[in-house]
Amino acid sequence: MAEPAATVNDETAVQAQTPKKELGPVFKVAAGPTKWLDDRIGVAGLGRPFLRKVFPDHWSFLLGEIALYSFIVLILSGIFLTIWFKPSMAEIEYEGSYELLRGLHMSEAYASTLGLSFDIRGGLLLRQMHHWAAAVFVAAMLTHSLRIFFTGAFRKPREINWLIGVAMLTLGIINGFTGYSLPDDLLSGTGLRFVDGLIRSIPVIGTWAEFFVFAGEFPGELIVPRLYMLHILLIPALLLGLIAAHLALVVYHKHTQYPGPGRTNGNVVGYPVFPVYAAKAGGFFLIVFGVLTLMGATMQINPVWVVGPYNPAEVSAGSQPDWYMGFVEGGIRLMPNWEWHIGSTTWSWNVAIPGLGLMGLFFGLMAIYPFIEAWVTGDKSEHHVLDRPRNAPTRTAFGVAAMTGYAMLWIAGGNDLVAVIFDVSLNAVTYVLRVAVFVAPVLAFLITKRICIGLQRSDRDRMLHGAESGIIDRAPSGKYSERHRPIGEGEAFELTQHADMPALLPATETDGFSEKEIKREQLRRKATRFYFIDTLRRPTRAEIEEAEHHHLHPMIVGDGEHHAIEAEEEHHLAK
Amino acid sequence: MSEDTSHSLPGTEVATVDEERYPVTDPGLEEHLPRLTDVDEKAADRATRQVATFFGLVPLLSIGFAVVYFAVPGDAWVDFGPLRANSRNLLLGLTFGLALLFLGVGAVQWARKLMDDEEKIDYRHSAASSDDDKNYMLTELDKVVDESKITRRKIIGRTLLAALATILLPMIVGLADLGPWPTKKKRAETIETTIWAPGVRVVQDITFEPIKPEDIEIGQLVNAEPANLQELEGAEFQIEKAKAAVIVVRMDPNTITIPPSREDWQIGGILCYSKICTHVGCPISLWEQQTHHLLCPCHQSTFDLGNSGVVVFGPAKRALPQLPITTDAEGYIIARSGFTVPTGPSYFERDSRNDFKEGDN
Repeated sequence: MAEPAATVNDETAVQAQTPKKELGPVFKVAAGPTKWLDDRIGVAGLGRPFLRKVFPDHWSFLLGEIALYSFIVLILSGIFLTIWFKPSMAEIEYEGSYELLRGLHMSEAYASTLGLSFDIRGGLLLRQMHHWAAAVFVAAMLTHSLRIFFTGAFRKPREINWLIGVAMLTLGIINGFTGYSLPDDLLSGTGLRFVDGLIRSIPVIGTWAEFFVFAGEFPGELIVPRLYMLHILLIPALLLGLIAAHLALVVYHKHTQYPGPGRTNGNVVGYPVFPVYAAKAGGFFLIVFGVLTLMGATMQINPVWVVGPYNPAEVSAGSQPDWYMGFVEGGIRLMPNWEWHIGSTTWSWNVAIPGLGLMGLFFGLMAIYPFIEAWVTGDKSEHHVLDRPRNAPTRTAFGVAAMTGYAMLWIAGGNDLVAVIFDVSLNAVTYVLRVAVFVAPVLAFLITKRICIGLQRSDRDRMLHGAESGIIDRAPSGKYSERHRPIGEGEAFELTQHADMPALLPATETDGFSEKEIKREQLRRKATRFYFIDTLRRPTRAEIEEAEHHHLHPMIVGDGEHHAIEAEEEHHLAK
Repeated sequence: MSEDTSHSLPGTEVATVDEERYPVTDPGLEEHLPRLTDVDEKAADRATRQVATFFGLVPLLSIGFAVVYFAVPGDAWVDFGPLRANSRNLLLGLTFGLALLFLGVGAVQWARKLMDDEEKIDYRHSAASSDDDKNYMLTELDKVVDESKITRRKIIGRTLLAALATILLPMIVGLADLGPWPTKKKRAETIETTIWAPGVRVVQDITFEPIKPEDIEIGQLVNAEPANLQELEGAEFQIEKAKAAVIVVRMDPNTITIPPSREDWQIGGILCYSKICTHVGCPISLWEQQTHHLLCPCHQSTFDLGNSGVVVFGPAKRALPQLPITTDAEGYIIARSGFTVPTGPSYFERDSRNDFKEGDN
């Protein structure tokens, strides 16, 4: 046999497979500066893991983005406001262009807020944008946290990121408060008066805390500059650090994804950062920015000139804090007047419990929930595929119960407005809500759990009987029955991919457990029964096969076959 | 990095075909279906025009913003039915807001309609470090401890810990001057006293006009201040006003209850109370003439002024402090004394045994 005329060696093969692509004009222009940067900080290496990093796509993932983008808008608009705002409580006579207040004595803080609103072009727009962005920021963080909660995205390995989120929500609310206290108008001063009462009410150290915060008696002359420092420096810096950590962890863990065909715990399916997410997320930032600007242009918020400067002897009826303080306000309004007078001391539970206790309870429960659930399930594995809320009925019910309690408190925060708008007795509204704040969450829990289990049943139904086709057959005997259509294999996988959590019976053998351990274990098992005993089991492979046998046709079909059967049904209909 | 599958979660490589774990076998990623813009060149052209139009409007709106900024006067307005808007604020916001919005909508439309929309797969790796990394860290850290000599010279470690703990002290102590310390003496001078004193006239809170009993009709409520408040300015004025503000009400003496100990605190049914709520300190002035109830607009604590200011509803516990009043030689209302108890919200060291309670005489 003759030798081949030429052999292909590795070198030529590789060269043949990778013809060098001609780079576009932008690359040519950028080549110089990029090389300069790369020689110094290695940008190609830095960017490599991120350029094509994959993120899954779902509308609910946008909630966190809204929070991030409104925070950026807050910083941008906030910088603009600091250029003119004077955080000073020094008394001056107003001589600006708003005639109704001219000649009045007021603080420089209030006067400069009026100046921003009337004399600086675009000042009112930026002030309103800033205020709207704050309201949206907290709202987006809260709804984002609900998405995380209901889908179980707080589970291992994301517990730390959940805690960072809780910290950011707390700081966001506090910073909102410090912000709307700055203008020193009647409303913000009334809010501060409330905070003064709140701080004072802390048992044992309250008076000291009050004197330290206000530099003496309320209102003093340092509270506005101090809040200003917190508002524009300390809290935003903490928030920025936490946001950086939050995002870094999202990148490190890779984003969670909703269940579906091809989506497993070991992969992430979605679009690459460049070009799709750069355009989508960048575009979405501009959309959020644009919408907040339009809100600032068309929707009035906090018209400080209406109520006048702060006067400790005045208040306007219907005074309301910003929405995110509403639940605390509600707690304060609902609380019975419990106060201890022991010896020469006063224990003001009527203020301390709803004011500080409620916030502590709210954020405390939020923070520890992932650890409670992990303890109950004993689950040590990583979770990257999200739960459908129905498949965790007890968790979902807890979430809705918490939302309901929050809603009752929030309504109570406007009990006077409810009474006026619906023309009912203020006292009756208060009494009803005092009960509802405890009863409504329990009802919400029970109802939500039943709804979830109902939804699980309908999933099971689809798995074992197929989808309802809407076609009714009449048998020769006169019996009517609805024809069911097989569901696609993608959907079948989605409906059954979750894990069934076991409800454990009490341990009867103490082997392996010490006295103390067995107590904890029994408690944990009780908790698993509370959590999972009435959760519907998903059908097993055997049950699905059994159902197929029973119906004499496949329950699950590939997507390609789907159309054929539909066509056949139409054929039936035509007959 | 992301292509690395060697660190994938234990079990995940086989998970999707695991019959126990998954009743239905994962069919794998659904087939990618082309969009209209992928198959219809005209639709793609239309999407391109949309994106270009959105982007194209941005420069116009940006210039529009600049024009509005310099051209529209601050006192012009536009009416929308019953609503009125400041023209400059509205137009500045509309131009800037729409410019941002169009830029964003254009970018999103570009991504949705024209960029490749095939989903890609990345593989995850466990959040935990590899065993190799863990072992390396452990052995090296052990060496680090050795190299530092800290185990041999324990005194360094102990003193270091003590030093680190105490270095915080200066930082904490440095904050001790945040405010004056509310010692017993300080409290007595500040939150436990007001500028009311025997003989101080009760004056209208805006005009500082003194008030005569005959100026007040039955059922009327007057917001008042001590006459000496007028001498104060700035922060001092605000601090004193926040404690000393009062309301003067006249009620029919036959319809109210006046305990014997307070007989001489009033002038024929004219009573004076602190205006500062005993709950969290809001000024109270929603007056129900017929019931003699005074409602706080902040948290709806309700006080019965016909019964020494006791609480009848709401979160406040303590009765409104009453200011003993009488008339001076010229017939003007004056304070007989200062308040007998501190006004305003509760605080820990407050001695609340002397406040009026339902049933006291």
